[in-house]
Amino acid sequence: MSETPLTQASAHLRHGANIGQSLTRHEGALKVTGQARYAADHHPAGMLHAVLAVSSIARGRVIALDVAAAKAHPGVVDVMTPAHKPPLAQDPDEKTHPFMFRLDVLQNDRVRYPNQPIAVVIAETLEAATEGAVLLAPRYETEPARTDFPAGAHFTPALVGVADPAEAHHGDVEAGLAGAARRLEAIYETPAQYHNPMEPHGIVAAWEGDTLFIDTPSQGLAMAQARIAGLFGIPPAAVHIRSPYIGGGFGSKGVFSGPQVLGIMAARLVGRPVKLVLRRGQMFGPVGHRAPTRQSFRLGADNAGALTAIGHHTVTASSQHDDFFEPAGGVSHTLYASPAIATTYEAVRLDTGTPLFMRAPGKAAGSIALESAIDEMAHACAMDPLAFRLKNYAEVEPMSGKPFSSKALRACYAQGAERFGWAKRPLAPRQMRDAAGMLVGWGMGTATFPALMFQAQARAVLRADGTGVVETGAQDMGQGAWTALGQIAADSLALDPDRVEFRAGSSDLPDAGIAGGSAHTATAGMAIHGAGADVIARLAELAMGDERSPLHGAGNAGVIARAGRLFRRDDESRSESYVAILARAGIPAIEGHGKSATDPAAQAAYAMHAHGAVFAEVTVDPDLGQLRVTRLVGAFAAGRIINPRMVQSQYYGGMVWGLSFALHEQAVIDPRSGRPMNANLGEYHVPVNADLPSIEAILVEEHDAHVNALGIKGVGEIGITGTAGAIANAVWHATGMRARRFPITLDKLIGPQDN
Amino acid sequence: MNRFDYARPATIAEAVALAAEPGATYLAGGTNLLDLMKGDLVRPARLVDVTHIPGLDAIEPLADGGVRIGALVRNADLAHDADFARRFPAIAEALLAGASAQLRNAATAGGNLLQRTRCAYFYDAASACNKRTPGAGCDARGGETRMQAVLGWSEHCIATHPSDFCVPLVAFDAIVEIEGPKGRRECPLEHFHRLPGDTPERESDLAPGEMITAVRLPGAAAQFAGHARYLKVRDRTSYAFAIVSAAAALRLDGETIVEARLALGSVAAKPWRAHAAEALLAGAQANEANFRRAAEAALAEARPAGANGYKIELARRVVRRAFILAHAGTPARIQALPASPFATGALRHV
Repeated sequence: MSETPLTQASAHLRHGANIGQSLTRHEGALKVTGQARYAADHHPAGMLHAVLAVSSIARGRVIALDVAAAKAHPGVVDVMTPAHKPPLAQDPDEKTHPFMFRLDVLQNDRVRYPNQPIAVVIAETLEAATEGAVLLAPRYETEPARTDFPAGAHFTPALVGVADPAEAHHGDVEAGLAGAARRLEAIYETPAQYHNPMEPHGIVAAWEGDTLFIDTPSQGLAMAQARIAGLFGIPPAAVHIRSPYIGGGFGSKGVFSGPQVLGIMAARLVGRPVKLVLRRGQMFGPVGHRAPTRQSFRLGADNAGALTAIGHHTVTASSQHDDFFEPAGGVSHTLYASPAIATTYEAVRLDTGTPLFMRAPGKAAGSIALESAIDEMAHACAMDPLAFRLKNYAEVEPMSGKPFSSKALRACYAQGAERFGWAKRPLAPRQMRDAAGMLVGWGMGTATFPALMFQAQARAVLRADGTGVVETGAQDMGQGAWTALGQIAADSLALDPDRVEFRAGSSDLPDAGIAGGSAHTATAGMAIHGAGADVIARLAELAMGDERSPLHGAGNAGVIARAGRLFRRDDESRSESYVAILARAGIPAIEGHGKSATDPAAQAAYAMHAHGAVFAEVTVDPDLGQLRVTRLVGAFAAGRIINPRMVQSQYYGGMVWGLSFALHEQAVIDPRSGRPMNANLGEYHVPVNADLPSIEAILVEEHDAHVNALGIKGVGEIGITGTAGAIANAVWHATGMRARRFPITLDKLIGPQDN
Repeated sequence: MNRFDYARPATIAEAVALAAEPGATYLAGGTNLLDLMKGDLVRPARLVDVTHIPGLDAIEPLADGGVRIGALVRNADLAHDADFARRFPAIAEALLAGASAQLRNAATAGGNLLQRTRCAYFYDAASACNKRTPGAGCDARGGETRMQAVLGWSEHCIATHPSDFCVPLVAFDAIVEIEGPKGRRECPLEHFHRLPGDTPERESDLAPGEMITAVRLPGAAAQFAGHARYLKVRDRTSYAFAIVSAAAALRLDGETIVEARLALGSVAAKPWRAHAAEALLAGAQANEANFRRAAEAALAEARPAGANGYKIELARRVVRRAFILAHAGTPARIQALPASPFATGALRHV
């Protein structure tokens, strides 16, 4: 394969000066001292508080709201209802592209899921608004909730995920199964999960005429700006969003949500700034979730343990009123070599809020099922799970036949296994005990996530004093994006990070794309890289064209930029500082622009994925079933690492989430009402520190010449994949009991009840 | 949250007078009450904040070797009182197994007794709940029942009492000291909490306006110190309510059990004292067969309230393990992960 056309003006690039360094968080001191202002920390003058009233039924109509009682409560200013609200310029049920989701913003009296907003109370204080919402005492005409998953009426969705086909075939699965020496059929079930970032969705909205100023967490500022502009019939440029810090998003802040729109409507209605923040329980409905899945696997293998077929059928659920289908089958397209692969889908409609992208959408749920099935097949073939995976190592992407742009998965397996001590693992389950007599088990899983890129823009300015400014509307969700992007910005101008001001977090800045799909660093980073390169190219042109410059006549040899100076590439004794070049030219600043986008040619030629291997040790009480993950070792290869400290934290966070997926997280839905019964952080369990005593993430070196010029893949989501399955497999290895319904709770492990 | 009066009395008498009016509620640590108010599940007209009454936060040794725990002693302070933990190690272990460090710093001894169930339907204003609205019905029945009661429940209510602290307290014959409009009285903890019957809204023996001033442990409780444990099985290693817990204690003469104590937690609407199991062990040899028989006896009346039959067998195993741990001897120090199966040292499994 020839060079991809992605390499952009790499003349000045010196990887290693900033990129690759474990800088600490740019905004860390602000956060630990409480000075970082999140959306809900803003209190513009005259601000009122808005509180949602949400439906306590899953399906029906609101037939009465006691608006008078709410308004009579001291401090209540107004109550927004379907009958009393500002007009919208666009139907909130309109859907013109797959990233547009239908919103519930009081357009009518219908209730289509639990916790749907049905009114907004606006008051002088939060307490008054909260009590006002209670006093509304809604009455409903209730219809039976359709909650029966997976038993409801099935249909085949047209597309799954954003735009993946609902059916994909490679080879002949039936023939592969028919000819197999060993076959496995198993069904795995994953529950509904809710994102629950620490920071709930919130907004502070203020109108000045037809210009809107808002503080709100958003994973995609330009997209949010366009959505708001459409709904309110104003130009996007009249919408000013600030979103410098996001207290976690995990996909739930990727598309602008109904409650955020309601905050803007409330401010319009009362003509004063309004703050609206969701209560924790209100996060379980209108802002997305991960849909449940029921995944049926059919695997075949020959006598040597080579897979002959992978059949992966997913049943999932969307809401009654909109489409998002958890794309769980995707993992089976990329991970294991098989002459025959088929992924198919069916779906059910439930009276729930619409499911959405949730950290590692499709991949997390698909991975725990696929890695469990692979483990079961390895056992059926009497093979070590790692040996089985190596036997079925995909040299090219199995579904497409494309070569990988890079794939250091063998190194991940080797380094992870070595660090974990995997070689000592007994093949049979229930063989290991600790000193206290507890059962110990070891399991592994392969991690994978696609290397995606979206579109972004950035602006870079070099000032006469030799300092730089780089701007893009990027968000920091806590993952350290600003720090890493700041490093790329500094390198793009060949300046020390403390000589470059990095500006982000506002929709007034160039569009930084979406902080999602594990693509933010690559997307925003490439735009920044391009903007800096543009500045350096202009600067070089200026110097080389000036006969007073020592760089004059560098010609085809060109120059390289380093530490605020340009050097002749063929004679480094000849150099000149940025300051000197600009001063002589009498120019106050040079501005450059950059854009990034996927390269269709490279996409067509290569399969692009990050990979990893995760090894887990669990300890299980043989009588009581209580279990604990005692060790996790992950080894991940994700192209060039901009900031190892941030990346390691991302892997840790993902691995902890994988643990959560395997052992803890689930929305408990009442089967009669369809309502989530554990809509709080006391009962919706995620791991606590004591649940994970030891965690390690190894950064495996990988160079990728094709994903983008910086060689960046993504690290935000991959840690969940592999980990969840590794833990499930370790539980089996400890106990000999295979749990196929997740999360694995102790009631599934206490085994035969002896009376 | 409704508007309410807030009063901060300086004496018990003043507090009792303020609380005697309908709609008044005592406020101590607030770790449960304030959540309930924010969820609009309780709407007190007046909060009587007792945390500024002097003299209620003492841990007083008594002449008989027992102890009086003031109602306002914080959970963390009690658990970390070295003398208390030495004489009543299972209680300290139970306290440290509960909630989180932040909650233990705020929660009080008296308030712990009065904490409400964690039944999801109780916490959901839109669900029918006989505790919140007598006669409304019980949506927990036929709903999500994994954590619900297996002992002492009724068709009107299947909720459990979630306290850890109360479980060893009831095993050790704790006595609740009470002051109210009619003066002072006391009530054995075992009779303090009520089973639901057809009045699940009545959760304790307290009459309107009465307040807990102290919890007293008799000196006999300290005689179990060498063989007293609390074991708590839960869905995560920390910061989770028990699925089943047990406080088990033995007084031994060699390998002969002189006296046994057993109580279970999160199996019923009250901390569940298992007298039949204790009687079976008195005079018996301390061995696994007898612990097994005791476990059978403790759960003899158990029946699932839904899809929670697993709790019955789990409870038997928890009882057996708790006695095995108690027999092995109280550790010299409270271990990390108190009361967790993973806190234990080497042990043989039943």
